[in-house]
Amino acid sequence: MEETVNAPIIEYLLRLADDRLILGHRLSEWCGHAPILEEDIALANIALDCIGQANYLYSAAATEEGKGRTADAIVYFREALEYKNLLLVEQPNGDYARTIVRQFFYDAFGVLLFDRLQKSTFHPLAGIAGKAVKELRYHFRHSSQWMIRLGDGTEESHARAQKALDELWKFTDEMFLPDPLENELAKEGVAVISSSLKDEWTGTVREIISTATLSLPLQTAFIHKGGRSGHHTEHLGHLLSEMQIVARSFPDIQW
Amino acid sequence: MIQERISSIDSIKVLLSTISDPEVPAISIVELGIVRDVRLHSDFIEIIITPTYSGCPAMKMIEDEIRRVLMDAGLSSVSVTTVFSPAWTTEWISDDAKLKLKRYGIAPPVHSVSSPLLQIGMPKILCPHCNSADTTKQSEFGSTACKAYYYCQSCRQAFEYFKSF
Repeated sequence: MEETVNAPIIEYLLRLADDRLILGHRLSEWCGHAPILEEDIALANIALDCIGQANYLYSAAATEEGKGRTADAIVYFREALEYKNLLLVEQPNGDYARTIVRQFFYDAFGVLLFDRLQKSTFHPLAGIAGKAVKELRYHFRHSSQWMIRLGDGTEESHARAQKALDELWKFTDEMFLPDPLENELAKEGVAVISSSLKDEWTGTVREIISTATLSLPLQTAFIHKGGRSGHHTEHLGHLLSEMQIVARSFPDIQW
Repeated sequence: MIQERISSIDSIKVLLSTISDPEVPAISIVELGIVRDVRLHSDFIEIIITPTYSGCPAMKMIEDEIRRVLMDAGLSSVSVTTVFSPAWTTEWISDDAKLKLKRYGIAPPVHSVSSPLLQIGMPKILCPHCNSADTTKQSEFGSTACKAYYYCQSCRQAFEYFKSF
């Protein structure tokens, strides 16, 4: 009863995991630095959820691969080119508004994606998605409420939120680009075609942005993309170097 | 034989009931719904557990505790399996366990149909100390992912609410 190695499923699990890991790592950078204690705790908790989901997805990929590679090995010993996360999630934290806008964009996408993935015909993924979507709903509630608070807050918080929206908007289209891997896996009901989520995502995001008294950024013709093929912005390399340094300096260390 | 098996499953569950949740010591991992099943195989005992939250840092500790408690009872061939489906829900927490949470100072989860986004129709959370409904949420995330942080305007006490999940 040996499972045949299913490269597309492994690739798909890894990309979902990379999105969660990199976003979780970015959030963890706030630990001890957030503007107020409650937010320090909130972001650390959300980071834990993201990294926990990533761990389950990497483990599922490792099991499917069947070569004895662990989640840790996948995380600490791959190069930037092998990471397939969206460019959005690797963008630096910036100020608090920028972190919240980045989170808001992803959470609105993640809620829709993982909700659909609960019906994936690949059962390990469906199980993980069932847990993840419940957590993502809390994350989305947190980030969208902060969008409203910042946008409809003071003149300064409004200006910062608007600036972050304008700067990060160009990374949102990448979430919905047509993708051969998704198309192939969607035929068997394993994957969700992200482009089918775009209208609902746009509707929700528009609504919150408008409640927050912010303006929707102008659509740009140029789409920043490349994450899914391993072509990243300069920021990912710096993130990885920090995240991987201990594991690479002391391979197989136990603590 | 079957009778024997059932009684040993029950006795294993009794042993597992002595393990407190590391972050909410007022209730056991069985009451919290983390232990999903106990299965007797010919040469080992399998304990099926499910995580509360994906990022729960206590899962490893819970696994170690299960092994330790069963080892102390002379059961050394133990395997702990983690499952995700069905996803853990606070609806598995019994009324009895909810009362224990309240006595411990944690407002137990309240289930309701509410808009996950804008919190329309969110139930009022009663203060576990004075039962007042005059409470306000300070933060969606408390000391752990499973709890939110509230403040009671009546008795002026901060308290934690075990989020409905």
